[in-house]
Amino acid sequence: MTRVLEIELNGERRADPIEDNLLLLDYLRETVGLTGTKTGCDGGECGACTVLVDGVPRLSCLTLACSLVHRRVETVEGAGADGMLSAVQRGFHEKLGAQCGYCTPGFVVAATALLRWNADPTDDEIRAALGSNICRCTGYVKIIEAVRHAAALQSKGVRARVARPGSC
Amino acid sequence: MNAPLESGIGGYVPMVDGPEKVSGRARYTADLAVRPGTLVARLYRSPYAHAEILEVDVSQATRLPGVRAVITGADCDRTFGVLPIARSEHPLARGKVRYRGEPVAAVAAVDDATAKAAIALIRMKVRELPAYFSAAEALAPDALPIHERKRGNIEREVRFEIGDVAQAFAEADLVQEGTYHCPEVCQNQMEMHAALVDYDAEADRLTVHATTQTPHYIHLMMAHVLELPMSKIRVIKPHVGGGFGARTETLNVELIAALLARKTRGRVRLVVTREETFLTHRGRPESHIRVKIGLRRDGRITGVECDCIQRGGAHSGYGIVTILYAGSLLYGLYDLKHVNYHGVRALTNTPPCGAFRGHGTVNVRFAFESLLDRMAEQLGLDPLSVRRANLLVPPTFTDNDLMVNSYGLPECIDWVERRSGWRERRGRLPRGQGLGFACSHYVSGASKAVNPGSEPNATVKVRLDHDGSVAVLSGAAEIGQGSTTVIAQTVAEVLGLGLDRVHVISGDSDLVPTDNGSYSSRVTFQVGNAALDAARQLKTILLNAAARRLETRVENVECLGEHYRAGAQDTGLSFDEVAAEALRGGTIVVTGTYTTIPESHGGKKYLGAAIGGTMAFSYSAQVVQVSVDEDTGVVNVEKVWVAHDCGKALNRLTVEGQVQGSVWMGMGQAMSEEMGYHEGLMVAANMLDYRVPTIFDSPDIEVGIVESNDPHGPFGAKEAGEGSLAALLPALANAVHDAIGIRFDALPMTPDRILAAIEKRRRGHA
Ligand code: FES
Ligand code: FES
Repeated sequence: MTRVLEIELNGERRADPIEDNLLLLDYLRETVGLTGTKTGCDGGECGACTVLVDGVPRLSCLTLACSLVHRRVETVEGAGADGMLSAVQRGFHEKLGAQCGYCTPGFVVAATALLRWNADPTDDEIRAALGSNICRCTGYVKIIEAVRHAAALQSKGVRARVARPGSC
Repeated sequence: MNAPLESGIGGYVPMVDGPEKVSGRARYTADLAVRPGTLVARLYRSPYAHAEILEVDVSQATRLPGVRAVITGADCDRTFGVLPIARSEHPLARGKVRYRGEPVAAVAAVDDATAKAAIALIRMKVRELPAYFSAAEALAPDALPIHERKRGNIEREVRFEIGDVAQAFAEADLVQEGTYHCPEVCQNQMEMHAALVDYDAEADRLTVHATTQTPHYIHLMMAHVLELPMSKIRVIKPHVGGGFGARTETLNVELIAALLARKTRGRVRLVVTREETFLTHRGRPESHIRVKIGLRRDGRITGVECDCIQRGGAHSGYGIVTILYAGSLLYGLYDLKHVNYHGVRALTNTPPCGAFRGHGTVNVRFAFESLLDRMAEQLGLDPLSVRRANLLVPPTFTDNDLMVNSYGLPECIDWVERRSGWRERRGRLPRGQGLGFACSHYVSGASKAVNPGSEPNATVKVRLDHDGSVAVLSGAAEIGQGSTTVIAQTVAEVLGLGLDRVHVISGDSDLVPTDNGSYSSRVTFQVGNAALDAARQLKTILLNAAARRLETRVENVECLGEHYRAGAQDTGLSFDEVAAEALRGGTIVVTGTYTTIPESHGGKKYLGAAIGGTMAFSYSAQVVQVSVDEDTGVVNVEKVWVAHDCGKALNRLTVEGQVQGSVWMGMGQAMSEEMGYHEGLMVAANMLDYRVPTIFDSPDIEVGIVESNDPHGPFGAKEAGEGSLAALLPALANAVHDAIGIRFDALPMTPDRILAAIEKRRRGHA
């Protein structure tokens, strides 16, 4: 069945006609054209498709788009502001938390959620927050450094954008 | 830490394409904007492991509304394969299927649901044949050949003896032998295989976007299989989500998408699933290795004997190279005098193996370093002293004629000894905790390319643009390893420019010179040297232009970064002014090349001895600290200290990242990764059953960079992305032995195997 999905995506209200069985991942990538969110597996195994739903990390490959009526969804494309990188994105760039970059959107999104509720996480807290994301390139060492660096940047005022004015 | 120059050479430089990746703007093949009308492809794969195809009935599938084309093996009789002497594979099986999952038919339809529905309508009739899932079964005397031309299912048998091994063993104080088993493992790069192919019927021209490390090899193979001139094909490599060797040869995915695009005279997108990415495989073969070493009390290795049997899968792929590397790279790490090697690469009814990171060396190195550790213990020798007693003295050639000019292994050993507190801590840790040590090495580019021609090993073009910026045109494939960054840094360094002035254009066969791609760790060394050559030529042009403007002789021109002057009194010229003068004669494009020297091409002592020949080897030494829970069998890798001799770190950040990534990948193979089969059916073709380490399982990996300054390397550099993988496996196994006193000769060391070994020992003692 087709219905209209009203949703807030990266701070913007949208209304898109969708099929009931459309996955959030396919909605983002194919319907909206936001290809930053990646497909890394056949479902629920890798974390590459992680997005935030009402601020909480969620696997978009296991989520039906139609279940998110009026919910707030954030993807990697919504992490920066005004074309600038967020603290988390800068952290991943400057500390080489991204090699091939394929897992990176999922990690950036999960780390963004972490640093919102915990501005100064320990390494174990970082591990706990990123435990369901797989990276095949880095061995995670520099991902942990990237998140630490992002926390430092954020505390110095290079803040990750929480949400645009008017949202939530 | 060195103060970074403007190019960042020697410093910590974030990758130039990093911002695209962290912002989600980077486009990978599956992300490319798909116009309306793009067809979606799906594959029908063989449910049989070995069978004669009697009929592939696609009539119902073809009639399904929305289906634009269905193709089978009947549509293409050309074979492909990366080695010109071993092209065994059809894009879609013809006559026979040889493994479960081999593509048999393909559909292009208006959407994914239609394509899948069409696949479900395909019927295949076969006569099943006996199938062989292990090397031993395939090599049995009565086994049917999987390929007609390969009697006995032997892809390649290699034998050599250099020196006199029997005599060497007679002179040893201890001769020991061990057998080792390494499971088949898979690259499992995060991006699944994909291709997007456009066929322009008017021009009879294909544009191919593909997930590849070797765009040029795709170009060659596409031309061969589709019987088109290369000029009728354009190959574009978008961002690639990892390779690790899985994408160093043309895969059926690209070829099938191209066949469908041509048949439908349209645009076809084929993105395979994770399961299919596993099935496409090209991983490291399951290996059975027997190694025998003669050791003297002073730590000298007198002789080595090694047998290696690899289960290669159903097609040739890189198999001949893999079994040759396994023997030739016994050399190059230590000073070995008497070596006997026997390698057999078997064809089996399992998905084809390929060139996994550390190609050919990893499993043999695991066996060798594990046995050496055991023998050192028996003779009461320190594992580090044993290595120190067998060092090469550069410059030298090994007995199998591999060239070694720079050799930072001694410094690597020193570094890990110091940083890990080896001398103070080894043997004094509490029960259940242990330290292990091992070494490894790898080539910095195969000196002879897989497709040798008269061309140089690498070609780079550098163009001076009218705004004073510099474009570098290179066919090197950025796959996350940082090739684009290192090429930009190299050119910027020579020209004295900031990195922001240099822009690398790569990954489009219409624009860039031919390049063999990213494999065998060749890019920094070979492409780096070509970039160096091009940049130096441009520098000469710029100095001459400055001399003209400054009305002086070129020898008098001093270049201070972006400032050119004739002596200290001169106000001089900016780079832009010099560039404008140089460009008065029109656009400037210079071509830099790099050709390996004949001395680096390996020897002729046995057939295939060229494999292993390289301009330089990287070196690695590692100490691993583990703790083992003897109640649960869980091994916790607590810390790794790794020293890697990369000649000269052009970019310390990416060198560290590459070394950490390869050590970690070795850990996956040692601890948890294993392709399993049931009657040829892959049982771990997903990322839950095929367990790569998560962030919870992954230790801190401290990297020491050793710089031995190779005389031929660009600024002295050698490879950094593969050489540290192999040492991790034995270092970890040796650490587990140090912790609980049990040696693991079969990988992976999963908790159930650890527990079983502990239990066996308990019973043995009871
Ligand atoms: S795509 Fe892998 S978990 Fe969603
Ligand atoms: S950077 Fe390649 S998978 Fe994480």
